Amino acid sequence: MRRRSLYTLMTTLLLGAVMLAGCGGANGGGNKSDSSGPVNSSAEGKSNTSASTEQPKEVAIEYWQYEFPAKVELINELIKQFEQEHPHIKVKQTNFPYDQYNQKVATLIPAGKGPDVINLYYGWLPKYVSSGYLQPLPESEFPAADIEEHFFPFVETARLGGKYYALPTGVRTLGLYYNKDLFTKAGLDPAKPPATWEELVEYAKELTETDSKGQFVIEGFAWEPGSQLHHWFRDGLLYQAGGQDTSEDRKRILWNESPAGLEAFKYLIDFAKEHKVGINGFYTDDANAFKTGHAAINVDGSYRLGSLRKDAPDLNYAIAPLPAYKNKSTQASFWANAIPSTVKDEKLAAATEFLKFLTSKDVQEQWVDKIGELPAQKEVALQDKYIQDEFLGAFIKQLPDGRAHFFIDETQERTLFIEAVDQVLLTNVPIEKAFADLVAKTQKLYDDYWSKQGS
Amino acid sequence: MEQAEAASSSRKLALPVWRPGLKTKRYLFIYSCLLIPLLFFVIVRVLPILYSFHVSFRQWDLLSQTKPFVGLSNYAAIFQDEVFVQTIWNTLIYVVAGVPGQLAAGLAVALLLQRIVRFRSFFRTIYFIPYITSVVAVSWVFRWILMKNGVANGLLLELGFSAQPFLYSPSQAVYWIIIAVIWQNIGFQMLVFLAGLENIPRLYYDAASIDGAGRWRKFIHITLPLLNPVLLFSVVIASIGFLQTFTQVLNMTGGGPLNSTNSIVLYIYNRAFKSFEMGQASAATVVLFLLILTLTILQLKVLNRKVEH
Repeated sequence: MRRRSLYTLMTTLLLGAVMLAGCGGANGGGNKSDSSGPVNSSAEGKSNTSASTEQPKEVAIEYWQYEFPAKVELINELIKQFEQEHPHIKVKQTNFPYDQYNQKVATLIPAGKGPDVINLYYGWLPKYVSSGYLQPLPESEFPAADIEEHFFPFVETARLGGKYYALPTGVRTLGLYYNKDLFTKAGLDPAKPPATWEELVEYAKELTETDSKGQFVIEGFAWEPGSQLHHWFRDGLLYQAGGQDTSEDRKRILWNESPAGLEAFKYLIDFAKEHKVGINGFYTDDANAFKTGHAAINVDGSYRLGSLRKDAPDLNYAIAPLPAYKNKSTQASFWANAIPSTVKDEKLAAATEFLKFLTSKDVQEQWVDKIGELPAQKEVALQDKYIQDEFLGAFIKQLPDGRAHFFIDETQERTLFIEAVDQVLLTNVPIEKAFADLVAKTQKLYDDYWSKQGS
Repeated sequence: MEQAEAASSSRKLALPVWRPGLKTKRYLFIYSCLLIPLLFFVIVRVLPILYSFHVSFRQWDLLSQTKPFVGLSNYAAIFQDEVFVQTIWNTLIYVVAGVPGQLAAGLAVALLLQRIVRFRSFFRTIYFIPYITSVVAVSWVFRWILMKNGVANGLLLELGFSAQPFLYSPSQAVYWIIIAVIWQNIGFQMLVFLAGLENIPRLYYDAASIDGAGRWRKFIHITLPLLNPVLLFSVVIASIGFLQTFTQVLNMTGGGPLNSTNSIVLYIYNRAFKSFEMGQASAATVVLFLLILTLTILQLKVLNRKVEH
């Protein structure tokens, strides 16, 4: 008896596992559960969007974003506000750790599980769009002209093949963090941060402190190509020197179309090679060196404010716009909300409503207050209360000059940049050659991507 | 259908003894229990392995629903990628320098520990602690020690040497990672060798002493040959471990500088989850699988000779 039941159990288990695996695939696509019971909530008014003239049915949608406590908390709060305005829509939030975000999303697709609104890093959009995972935002609700009128220009990076696929709530820019105490110690005026390329080099030299053995005690300028400096090069230095990142159709890298590219690249490398005011690996990285007061100046993003406040509450620092050369420019980046292509019908309508809510002015204000990310809409961001803000001001002021590089593959593009810098620094490859290689290799990534788009 | 299958399988297995005695029942129970891990193994190991073979012939970006068949083009792509070729060489460095290093270090500690009586278990514990410490934490500690203004450079400068780039040098970095791995595995290696040493009868040493053999000759002619099975096991396990070097690289150098520490597994990880090229990642996985298989078979053939006592 016992034997038989055991075998039955085994077989059932095995069969069950196989069946589960099979079911997952069949179940794919927007599962319209519980669409049977229409709820009379139209009496509550609201949600008479052009799409649905009939009574709104009860709809449940799911929102996915990565695990970042402040964001998770605020979204929960926002969901409450949204559900009050839209009683027939229920929103559920799901979070995954940042490191595993793409894996989780990908592995849940075959299982037929997916969000109705998903938060994605803008640099991932090309991959997500080319795989067919996302649908363009409904043109009727999000007209391109409207977006371009209200949002900062760099949000256009979310426009692929002429269509917008995602919209951000909050955005980030790079700025120049500087340690006021170290400025004073070096005899510099903390109220006058460096504003030009030349000044930055001069200041960095003044601020650098080495010991009797030639080792850094204080870095004048934190120099970590793999952290933010590669962004600084593409979206900052390059444009500042009068160059351009990519062609209009984003198919060609234009870094060496003019001398500006090499000039910018050399400027960046010379901090370590010629001026010797900073080096990678000092206190492991730039953020640590700055946080612990061992780097006087650092190029870093607005997202660092939170951790500085938490980890180094006594650090006496300020933020200035990035030094300019021929032009002003800074790197901007953002996490944006998109709608997967499996979302249809009433779920799509609900997802659209939620997305409109998330990108609304009111939510953007809450977002900057609670998260510290900058508002993506000009009207919201460029209010006096934000421009005058001691910490956010410098980042906000730069928003109109913000640029967001169109990433084919952020990891690889970053690795290529670090390699080019290492070649010059470690193996004495001439800077011109390293730069030409960098451009060629990056261009190859683009060619591969676009050739796949064609097929 | 499910029941029919269950019934047929149980009938087949029950055939030799129609009315099984207590002994048979007990065996059946034991085998059934052993079957559960086996099933688990098939589901979480064998099936994914077969699946990655399948994916290696397809173009798949992780997110799309379709996986068009592309023949061998994923294999062509990775072998044309100079980074992948370099990761193969790097991985061989990890094995060639790491395995002997780990074995020598483990054996040295084991031989020393075998000689002492007092505090033996104390030292054994101390040496074993790194093995059960988080790899990520250890990697970061090594990174802090080896950073440009870290403790290691402080010491070097104090002693009058010049500062070293350590993890920022294309020629040194790979060996520092190997040292970190070895440091962490010494405990495990030591334990394996200690067990092996315990099994060598004292009699042989006594006989050799009477014949006038010194310590070194005893080591060469008694200890090493009799440790052969343990050595073989260690070489195979350590080789597989070093072929799969990943966590330390990711945390200490990220594969740099200039790809000098990049390993095959890190390459697979980056291809799959950073560049979303599942096809190429799977192809690299298959290459790694074949590499491990070949190397292991080779080691078994070369090292598994019968020892004449």
